[in-house]
Order: sequence, then C-alpha cells, then structure tokens
Amino acid sequence: MVQLSIDKILKQAEEELARIGDPDGIRQLQVKYLGRKGLVTKFLRGISSLPADQRPAAGKRANEVKKQLEAEFAAAGRRLEEALEATERLDVSLPGRGVLPGSLHPVTQVSAEICGIFTRMGFDVVEGPEIETDYYNFEALNIPRDHPARDMQDTFYISDNIVLRTHTSPTQPRVMEKQPPPVRMVAPGKVYRCDSDLTHTPMFHQVEGLLVDEGVSFGDLKGILTAFVHQMFGPRTSLRFRPSFFPFTEPSAEVDIRCVICHGKGCRVCSQTGWLEILGSGMVHPAVFENVGYDPDKYTGFAFGMGVERIAMLKYRIDDIRKYFDNDYRFLRQF
Amino acid sequence: MKASLSWLKAYIDIRMDVGRLADRLTMAGLEVETVEDRYAYLETVVVGRIGAVQKHPNADRLVVCTVENGTEAVPVVCGAPNVRPGMLSALALPGTELPSGMKIAAGNIRGRLSEGMLCSEAELGLGPDASGIMELDGGLEVGAALNRALNLSDPVLEIGLTPNRPDCLSIMGIAREIAAFQGRRIRRPEIEMPAPEGPVHQLTSVEILAPDHCPRYAARVLEQVRVGPSPFWLRDRLMSVGLRPINNLVDVTNFVMLETGQPLHAFDFDNLAGRRIVVRTAREGEVFVTLDGKERRLNAETLMICDADKPVAIGGVMGGMNSEIEESTARVLIESAYFDPVSIRRTAKRLGLNTDASHRFERGVDPLGTVYALQRAALMMAELAGGNLVEGYIDVNSGLEGPQPLELGVAATNRLLGTRFDAGRIAGLLRSIEFVAEPRGEDTVEVRAPSFRVDISRPVDLMEEVARLAGYDGIATTFPSIAPTGREPDRRRDCRDKIRSLLTGMGFSEAINYSFISRDSCDRLRLAPDDERRRQLPLLNPLTEDQAVMRTSLVPGLLETVSRNFSRQVNQLRLFEVGKIFLSRGTDSLPEEPEMLAGVMTGPRWEAPLYCREAECDFFDIKAAVEGICAGLAIEKVGFTAVEDDACRYTQPGQSAWVFSGAKRLGLVGRVHSKVSRQYDLKQPVFIFDLDLERLLEVIPQQRIAAPIPRYPSTSRDITLIIDREIEARAILEQLDGMGEELIDDFYLFDVFEGKPIPAGKKSVSIRIVYRSGEGTLEDEQVNRLHEAVGRRLIETFKASVPA
Repeated sequence: MVQLSIDKILKQAEEELARIGDPDGIRQLQVKYLGRKGLVTKFLRGISSLPADQRPAAGKRANEVKKQLEAEFAAAGRRLEEALEATERLDVSLPGRGVLPGSLHPVTQVSAEICGIFTRMGFDVVEGPEIETDYYNFEALNIPRDHPARDMQDTFYISDNIVLRTHTSPTQPRVMEKQPPPVRMVAPGKVYRCDSDLTHTPMFHQVEGLLVDEGVSFGDLKGILTAFVHQMFGPRTSLRFRPSFFPFTEPSAEVDIRCVICHGKGCRVCSQTGWLEILGSGMVHPAVFENVGYDPDKYTGFAFGMGVERIAMLKYRIDDIRKYFDNDYRFLRQF
Repeated sequence: MKASLSWLKAYIDIRMDVGRLADRLTMAGLEVETVEDRYAYLETVVVGRIGAVQKHPNADRLVVCTVENGTEAVPVVCGAPNVRPGMLSALALPGTELPSGMKIAAGNIRGRLSEGMLCSEAELGLGPDASGIMELDGGLEVGAALNRALNLSDPVLEIGLTPNRPDCLSIMGIAREIAAFQGRRIRRPEIEMPAPEGPVHQLTSVEILAPDHCPRYAARVLEQVRVGPSPFWLRDRLMSVGLRPINNLVDVTNFVMLETGQPLHAFDFDNLAGRRIVVRTAREGEVFVTLDGKERRLNAETLMICDADKPVAIGGVMGGMNSEIEESTARVLIESAYFDPVSIRRTAKRLGLNTDASHRFERGVDPLGTVYALQRAALMMAELAGGNLVEGYIDVNSGLEGPQPLELGVAATNRLLGTRFDAGRIAGLLRSIEFVAEPRGEDTVEVRAPSFRVDISRPVDLMEEVARLAGYDGIATTFPSIAPTGREPDRRRDCRDKIRSLLTGMGFSEAINYSFISRDSCDRLRLAPDDERRRQLPLLNPLTEDQAVMRTSLVPGLLETVSRNFSRQVNQLRLFEVGKIFLSRGTDSLPEEPEMLAGVMTGPRWEAPLYCREAECDFFDIKAAVEGICAGLAIEKVGFTAVEDDACRYTQPGQSAWVFSGAKRLGLVGRVHSKVSRQYDLKQPVFIFDLDLERLLEVIPQQRIAAPIPRYPSTSRDITLIIDREIEARAILEQLDGMGEELIDDFYLFDVFEGKPIPAGKKSVSIRIVYRSGEGTLEDEQVNRLHEAVGRRLIETFKASVPA
C-alpha cells in the first residue's frame, strides 16, 4: 500500500514532467514533489507512522524515488535550457557597452619611444626645470651674453636673469655639476621659444642626450646616433652627419635622414633636398667641461638634442605643428 | 648669405655642376638652403616678332603693335622709339615680375588693350641700354623663353651661415671654401697697397675716444668725384645677390663689403664739420636721425661716428641723413673700421636695427683686412666716379692683432675624432683653407689661422676644421664601451606613466596645453585674492595677451580645450593633462614647478549612443576616475569630503569634493561652477578633477604587501536606515569602520532613496554588511545577534528609523 503510493507519486511526477515544456514548469514540479511540503517529502515524513517492519523498505524506496526524480528533473531542466539557449539570437552587430580606451598625446608617445631607445642603450632619463637661469640656459653652455649665437634661439624672458629654457641642454651642466663622469643620460621636456608661425609653436618638446667618459670619440657619436636612427626610422634609413655649429659642442653635426616621404627624390616636406634634419649633435665643448669642473684633457663626450614634434610629424605624417597644442579631440584620439 | 655662381667664378673656377657644388658646400658646413636661377623671371619673357605698328589713337608718343608671341599675335602698346615691324624683341607676358619689382599685367593703356610689355635691356636687368626696346638676333625662335633663347643662367645659392663663420659673409669667403675642396687657391684681386703718409693727414684726422668700442678706424679721402649711376657690371653684381644699386659711391661700398666681408661707409666729406672724424659714445638720450629717416634715441653705450660738432653715423650700424652721399657730393671720406662685436650687437639689438654692416661687425670682421678693403674701395671709386685720391691714409689702430699661433696635438685630435690622421695629413687639411700649418715632430702641428678666421681660438677649433675638411662621412662609426649603471627607479616618472595608463584605460585621452595662459585666468576661475595660484609669473615679452603669464593651474588650459572642442561640435570628452605649474617666488628667482594632474569629463557616459540615451555623465563618473587613479596607485585611506560653499570657487558648491588620503589633501573633484562655465563658454555641464601630483607621490606606498584570501565563507546581512537627508552616507560607513568589530569583513551601500514613502527631509540608506571569521564558518545565530547589535548602534547614532 505504502509502496504503491510512492510508486504512484513517481509515475504521476514522470507523466507531469513529460508534459512540461519550460524551465519554470520544472521548478514548479520540483516544489510540488521535492519541496519542503512536496509529495515525496510528505511521504518521507509519514514513514515514521508506519508499522515498524514496513519502515525500512518504505524508507529505502522513497529515497530511491527522491533521487530518481531529482535526477530526472535536473536532466529535463538541462535539456530545456539548452533548447532555449539554442534559439536565443543576439544582434551581434550592435555596439559594445562601455568606454573605449583613451590615447596618449603623440608627443608623449614619441618622447617615450625616443627615451626608450636610449635607455635600452644604457642611458638614464633625467629631467630639469622648465624655467631656468640665464647661467644654465646660456652661460654654462658657452653662450655668453651679447653673443650672436643667442640669436639662434628667440628667448622668452621672465627677467634679465630668468628665462624659459630655450632647449633641454641646461640639463647637461645641471647633471654634470652633480655627478662625476661617466655620464649617460637623456632628458626629455618642454622648451620655449618666442616664435609662432606655420612651422613654429612657442612651446615644444625636446629630448637631450649626453654621454661623457674617458675616450669617447666623434666616431662613437656617429655610432650611437646611427643606432638611434635605425631603431626610430627603420634599419634601412640612410643618414648623414653634416658639419654645423652649436656653441656648446665642437665639432658639431646636424644629422639628416633620407626623406621618409619621397625617399630622397625631393618633395615639399624636405624642401626638395631629399634630406630631413632631425637632430643636432656634437662633441662636448671643453669650455662646458671647464664650467662644470670636469677635466677636458681627461674626459670627452658627446651631446645631442632633437625636437619631438618634428619626429612625430614624420612618424604620423602630421602636416601642421599647431595641431599638437590645439587638442582637438578628433586629433588626439587617433594615436 | 646669397652668392651668385657668376660672382663666385670671378675668384675661382668651378669645376662641378651647381647641384654638386651645393652638396659639397653643405657637407663642408655651409648649408645651401636654396639654389634659384636669378634669371627665372625670364621664363615668361618671350622672343616676340613685331608685326603691324600703328599710332595709338589717344597718345602721341605711343604705338599699338601686333606681336607674335609664339602661339598667337597679341596687341601690345609700346612707347619705344625703335619699335618697327619685323623686329624681334623681348615681350614680357602678363604675370612677369621684372627686376625693378614691376609686375606686368594685361590691361588697358589709354583705351587700347595691351597684353604684355616690350622691354628694354635695362628693364630686363640684362644691360645698361634703356634707350629703346631690346633688339634681338633675327635667328631666334619666336615664342622661346628669353633665358633659354639667350642662354642666360646664373644660379644663386642661399647659404644659411652659422654664427661662427662671419668670414663666409663674403663672396671671397665662400669661394675660399670651394677652393678648399677643389684643391686650389682663390684669385684675390691684386691691388697696390697705399703708403700711409701723404696730404690726407693735413686734410683731416680721426680721433678715437672710445677705443674699447672701436679698436681700429681707417679712412681715405677722394676729391672731385662725380656721383652717378654705377656701370652695368657693378649694378649687375649687386642685383645678382638681391641688392638694389643706388649710386656709384654707395654701390662700391656695398660691392666691397660683399666681396671681402668688411663693411664700409662713405661720408660726404664737406658735410663733416671741422672736416674730421671723432669716434665716441653717445650722450644718454641723444637723438639721431639714421639714413632710413627714423629718429633714434641713443644711450651712453652707443658708439657714434661724429664730426667736430655732431654725430654723423651710428658706428657699425647705420649712417646718418646729415652726411649721406648726394648727387652734389664732391669729396668723400671712406671709412673702414673694426668695431667691437659686443658693442655693435648691443646697439643693434637695442635699436632693433639689424643691417648688413651690424650683422658682420657683431660676428667679427677680419681685424687685419681693414686697409685692404679701404684701398679696394678707394681704387674702385677713383675709377668709377672719376675721383682724385688724396694720397696717404689714416689708420688708428689700438693694437688689434690676428689669431695667435696654436699647437695642435695629433694624438688628441685623433682621440676626439676617432681617426688615425698623421701630422702631415692634418697640416695639409688646414692649409687648404689658408691656415699656416707646420708639423713639429709626430705629435704636434703648429698652426696659425688666417686673420679672417676670428672663430679660431683653441685647439678644439682646429680639430673641428680637420674633421670638417676630411669629411664627417670618412670618420668610422664606432661604439663607446658602456658600463652598466645602477640608478634607482625614478618614482616620479613611473608614477606619471602609471597614471597615464590608468587614465587612458578609463577612456581619458591626453591633452598638452601651452604652459602660458592669459593674465585674467585667475579671475576667470574666481580664485580668492589670497589663493596661491595668484602667484603668477609674467613673461616680459609674451607673444600674445592669451599667453602672457605662466600657468598656475592646469584648469584654464583644459577648459579652453573643452570650449574649443564644443565649438567644433565635439561634445563628448574625456581629457587629462599632466604637467607643471609655475608659482612665482619673485621674478629674480626660479619659481616652484610642482606637477599637477587634471582631467575633464563631459557629455554622454558611454561611447555608444545606443546605450546612453539620457545618460549624461555626472559627478560620480568623474569621481570614479579619481577612485580609479587612487586604486591603481594603491593609495590607502582615500576619502572624499564635501567642499564647503565657496571654499573652491571654480567648482559648484554641493557638487564637489576634496580628495584625501588620510589627512593629506590630494586635490579636488567636482562640477565646474556655472559662473566659470560661462567664462569659458561651456554650454553643458563639465566635470573636473584637479590633483596635486607632488602630494600623490607622497602617499603612494613604497611597497605592496599581499593580503591573504579568506579561507572561510562569509554571510551577509542587510540593513536599511531612514535618516536625515543631510547626513552623508560616508558618516555611516565611517561609523561602521570605527566599530572595530572583528567579524565585520566588508560593508557597502547598495541603495540610497529619497521620496515616497520616505518622509520629506529624510532618505533611506541600505547597507550590506559582510560578516566573516578567519577561524571558521560563522553560525547563523551568531551573525544574527551581531547584526542586530550593529543595527541598534547605527539607529542610535544617527537617530534613524527602520522601514515598517
């Protein structure tokens, strides 16, 4: 009788399960049969009122039924969910929900790339103040007052003695005053010149470099800067070292690379010369060593400096330098 | 510096094409910036055949002729006496610009159309003849461009000279450089040098009262000169480098300056009071009218060339109106001097007067070339102006000398350059540019630089010459030996990089604004009078009023950037900037340069409009960015407290918060104040953060220690409190934190609600508290008891009620 009743419950549950078509129905069946007030549960609770000799068999059977139903409900549930999932279709062409990453300013990226090349070659990165004394910006670099070389850079003045640095070169004497040789450093940063037109902005960025040790030669300068150009612009980029003049280096050299736009045929970007000037360099002038207390007979070294905007212009083919500081969002997000 | 090939060829035979020449000069350190043919303007001047010639109906002296220009016959009005049918002449087509600056256009001349102009030799700058239109050889092809038809070509090299090479501010100087790589000497015009003695000393005198400013002054006098136009060859030389001829005397001074690099001046001798020259400095405030007609106020440092009574020239810069060469000039005094470079430079700078003369003097002219140039000019003037040279010359020289001899070490040279030159090679290279160089043994070369090389003063200057002359290309590429260093990591740079990557990850893009802003920026931000950001540092020479002071905040630049983007219909922005601000410590000291980090956010919250209908970002979006930075930098005890009304005047009270780490204030986050928004024309809400990177650096932990992951499960309980709406949610959280209850593992707000059924003036705040023990799984009963106790304490503290 008891046996029959539990098997009846099983049969009834299986029949009902067969008719269910959705996961919700299965959950209801679960409550109906296996819940706290479910039929199987009730039956199990009722076992204690059975005669003692029937209890073991009834209990055993009821637990079997319970396990069987649990398994059947679960299997049916999985089947139905899978069937349902199989019919679900998203419009995958809709956009993602969230925020796209922002971008770093091209000047930041190129400056980091330049510094990265040199740090891989063993240079340290240092920084210096953007507002400088006349001494560090000029005098210490062998650019005396009333020297025509001061015309090479139009200077913003705060007072007679304080200027916005016109180049990152003041980091050279600042670093050398603080540490004995050897020195190997690059110094990125903002610089300022009193000049604004199609090709000049009153603020721009440079990366300075300095290497001082015993026995450093002009050939070494060529080696390091050639390695830099090949990493920055590609290993097949031709370059040339052209005599020039900077008061704080001697001999001095401008480094030109083959025009990346026309590959030397001559175009607007390279003013038909086929070459692009990308950095200035030279052997540190003995007067600079004397100013910082290095012995020019013992130590030699080279220094270089380059404009970050100019290199970024070549890299990204940016045609107007003023775009860098206009901060048009549509420009910034391209990088 | 411009040099025409034709003029260079007067001193050196050039055995290469002009492209190669330009390349060689560039690689010798004389950068050829452009090469342009000076006859390029003849491209649009064609050989024209004159057909019918008819009288102009409205002008007696003009005719209207038909001219074949190669493609058609066009009408041209002409006034030349020699125009006749069948003649070939030069027809300048509309669009041509003649050397005089005249531009040819098709037009109506007295009622008759004229499509071009028939030109004389003089008008075309091809010769002296101005009497009629140019008569061309009958065999020329009609319609051909005149430069090709006449085989006219004269490339002009524009050379960008570095300031150390004043010797190349002359045609001879450039020719010398060419000679060096061609392996030849230049042909310097041989002139007979005069004897100093003679009647000139009775006629005039030179007195130098300021020998520091003027170490040397030489002069000669010519009598009975006839001022008039220079011969064509001289005018042609000047025009070839872009100088306009004036008269024979002035043209000679210009010619000799361009040829030798020595500026000269010619005075009308009869206009010199006392017929003598006094060289002195000006009196403070003295006024003088220069040749260009401008009044100049002078100071006591200005060197003046004076006669017995008055100044007649600003020495080395510009002559005066009062002693100018005029048509009536009969006697002339030629000045050839060496002025102190610093003195000239100061004067030229102060007066804003950069002349061909001052440009050369401030870089340094040949101290021993004074008399050569004087004599060259005197002889030319005597020849061209028919003058009579008064014998003898004046040369007041306070001991000016040429360069001293130098000893150049061969080993030192090779060490610096990375070369293996021997003494002979080094001496040979230096000799090629007219240095005297003698090897003394294996390791020394004794060198004396020529006097025009004023830039040579120490051995390294010679090493540079050696490198340049040997060619940089020939120096082998090597690598320095680089020992590893152990520099510590740079926390500042690392922190900046980390912030950059955090912010880009959160959708912010980096802006870089100018470091200078407008003077009124502090007012536009409504900063209080005692705000430290009012310590502005003004530029003495700003380019514009918008860029007149150094920035004391990143906010103005960012708001301007936002405004600019709004004006271009870009309304969804997330931008940040990291950079220095400048706080003045007085204009004679270096300012403080603390680094700041600021960001702005405005417009829809999400990228895709599909998901953000109505969802504009607000205070909590920008706050999330700040929280993100702090979390990314592992900053601890981050807190936000409401900014008291008006404590920050550029953010909106009630919508801004100070950012703290513990007791240290890191900065500010909030909505831009509506009054500031109006200042910057921001038409939609803009949210900003403005953080002090220096403070951030102080609170970034040096070390991170991993916390253990809990081993036992947690149990959560919720509590909802109805409290006064003025109470900040933070207060409840702080209270919970302060309980120090060991089993409370975590807690967070999950709902804040105002409005029905919550009574007015109240809000409901729901908090989930997570309980956990490190020792074992908590029993429900234990948690319930604890949670009730916690709830009671909160209710008491905040006088809260619980929902019914």
